[in-house]
Amino acid sequence: MDLAFTKEEQAFREEVRSFFRDNVPPDTRRKLVEGRHLTKDEMVTWWRILNRKGWGVSHWPTQYGGTGWTSVQHYIFNEELQSYPAPQPLAFGVSMVGPVIYTFGNEEQKKKYLPRIANVDDWWCQGFSEPGSGSDLASLKTKAERKGDKWIINGQKTWTTLAQHADMIFCLCRTDNNAKKQMGISFIVFSMKSKGVTVRPIQTIDGGHEVNEVFFDDVEVPYENLIGEENKGWDYAKFLLGNERTGIARVGVSKERLRRIRDLASKVESAGKPIIQDAAFREKLAACEIELKALELTQLRVVADEGKHGKGKPNPASSVLKIKGSEIQQTTTELLMEVIGPFAAPYDVHGDDGSNEAMDWTAQIAPSYFNNRKVSIYGGSNEIQRNIIAKAVLGL
Amino acid sequence: MDFDLNEEQRLLKESIDGLLTDSYDFESRKKYMKEKGGWSKTVWLKLAEQGLLGLPFSEADGGFGGGGVETMIVMEALGKALVLEPYLATIVIGGGFLRHAGTDAQKAAHVPGIIDGSKTLAFAQLEKSSRYDLFDVTTTAKKKGDGWIIDGEKFVVLNGENADTLVVTARTKGDRRDRSGIGVFLVPANAKGVAKKSYPTQDGLHAADITLTGVEVGPDAVLGNPEDSLALIERVVDEARVALCAEAVGLMDESLKTTVEYIKTRKQVGVAIGSFQSLQHRASDMFVAAEQARSMSMFATMASDFEDAKERSNAIAAAKVQIGKSLKFVGQQSIQLHGGIGMTMEAKIGHYFKRLTMIENSFGDTDYHQRRVADAGGLI
Repeated sequence: MDLAFTKEEQAFREEVRSFFRDNVPPDTRRKLVEGRHLTKDEMVTWWRILNRKGWGVSHWPTQYGGTGWTSVQHYIFNEELQSYPAPQPLAFGVSMVGPVIYTFGNEEQKKKYLPRIANVDDWWCQGFSEPGSGSDLASLKTKAERKGDKWIINGQKTWTTLAQHADMIFCLCRTDNNAKKQMGISFIVFSMKSKGVTVRPIQTIDGGHEVNEVFFDDVEVPYENLIGEENKGWDYAKFLLGNERTGIARVGVSKERLRRIRDLASKVESAGKPIIQDAAFREKLAACEIELKALELTQLRVVADEGKHGKGKPNPASSVLKIKGSEIQQTTTELLMEVIGPFAAPYDVHGDDGSNEAMDWTAQIAPSYFNNRKVSIYGGSNEIQRNIIAKAVLGL
Repeated sequence: MDFDLNEEQRLLKESIDGLLTDSYDFESRKKYMKEKGGWSKTVWLKLAEQGLLGLPFSEADGGFGGGGVETMIVMEALGKALVLEPYLATIVIGGGFLRHAGTDAQKAAHVPGIIDGSKTLAFAQLEKSSRYDLFDVTTTAKKKGDGWIIDGEKFVVLNGENADTLVVTARTKGDRRDRSGIGVFLVPANAKGVAKKSYPTQDGLHAADITLTGVEVGPDAVLGNPEDSLALIERVVDEARVALCAEAVGLMDESLKTTVEYIKTRKQVGVAIGSFQSLQHRASDMFVAAEQARSMSMFATMASDFEDAKERSNAIAAAKVQIGKSLKFVGQQSIQLHGGIGMTMEAKIGHYFKRLTMIENSFGDTDYHQRRVADAGGLI
């Protein structure tokens, strides 16, 4: 047992850190620190910088542009990226559809899609959830019917994150109504510009527009856009969801936010002195930092385990990551709310231009608190995670 | 970075787990508890035979040169089996003082007897009003010729009844809460002026309240600097905290396992109660709490080697906070999920709960350590 990173790993951390320092556009970083939404341009600009460096799809196999890093290097990269902070790669392309395509797709599909995913020439979105299929995803109804060399797709998806920017969608569609519900689903990709695709925004409680409803009305898709085999889509979806186990804890994000809380708490006054000098607040902050340290260690255990024994058999501790990671992220946004107190109330009166530095930092704190309620809901709600632990780990 | 045990450590784990499976079932434990001082000399000698009592001592001192990880393995196993024998008092704490501050002569006088199982120690530190502050000491040691005269009262001294030697903290200078002026003394338990009142503790161990009245010891009784040993005490107590964290992890593992087995077999309305989602979610939360505790126990184990004393203490305090929170949840919910049977002395689970509970209140509870971390400027 040894907690220390090797010299090489430490040097790697320095390399990553200094690359971020030199290359992340300062305004992009500022907006992330303040919890603001980025424009499509800001995100794509950064991802292309990352891709030019060869780090855009770091965890892909090297023949498709991956880096060949060890699990520990991936961990360091993610931590530095999250805590700098810089925008994380677009998960829908890089972590989700990309691996499905290079694992189950044919050569033509790999050639056609993978480089465009890496450079974000196509912005991808995910067509999984439906109004009637949340945690019970396998009950989905969106239908793809084969007609000659085409699929005809009808149905509705929802919670489609950033679909307003998307060029492409990967979609779970029912292709066999008679099979057991998991067995009749196929994994089909198509252009969001196709005729019959309608995107309708959903405004969330933070006032933002991240998610959408997407409607399919007789959308015609070439048959060759099927990934892998017909009716095997459920397997690919499970593969995709199980692919990204450790990033989900978002330890770096929470670290960055805790640093910000500490910083703000030493400026904002309560009872005539900085709120950080209030014992009750300080202890609450310490409690959160301790929880995060425990989570970081749990994550490192999973990472070290994967590095040594491969990703085949997941470490039981990995199921802790989603639950604790989301709870801690939510606690950090609660602490921010506590720091600004009554100044949580004003809506974003100063806009996004950063012109009023004196007040600007408060504007996104309440929205960020509201927005972060999502983290214990998406990607399999924490209640689903508890079902998984009970069944898969405890054998209940 | 590596969280796996090496080959030797795996063997150690197998050997102690094997030994305790053979000789430490719940029924045997009840018998051991009735022996003098609350534990079994026979078991203690078996631990000695396997080399476990010499584990953390250097080879030069006749031990095996084991480190923090080895102690973690042992403490986890002792926790899992709910062991009563004074490993913490004798090997971790008493032995810790000798390892960190013992002169060659002191080591020669004490270590061989510890390793072969013939001698045990006890740590006489807690006072009526000191609570968790190690520097809050009113017991005095006054110079007399070459030696010292010790006067004071110490409470809840684990293994106080059986110990051959007491490790006593006493003030040689200054006022009650001064950080300097504290010494550590090796006092023979049968010295004139040592009076003991022994009793069982809530968790089935035995402790004693000890009064020292004009106890005379020689110059060879002093461990380290008699006027400035707080850093030494903090170091050894930090190691004790780390050991308690590991013991708690063992206790939590066993509590969770026992509870999950119970809800799988206990039937109500015709089905196993473990099929109910509310109980499944509770058990999942117990698992999460236990894993977070395990992570911090490992962290604390590795932190005990940190060069920087402040960083070390802060990390260990953080671990004690996580362990305290986790053990409370796992302990309480183990009882809850067992239902009425969990309330009985007859069932094993209540005894795990009681030991876990006492660990929280040993060497600083959750609030105490959380405050320490907060005052040290946090952990990020």
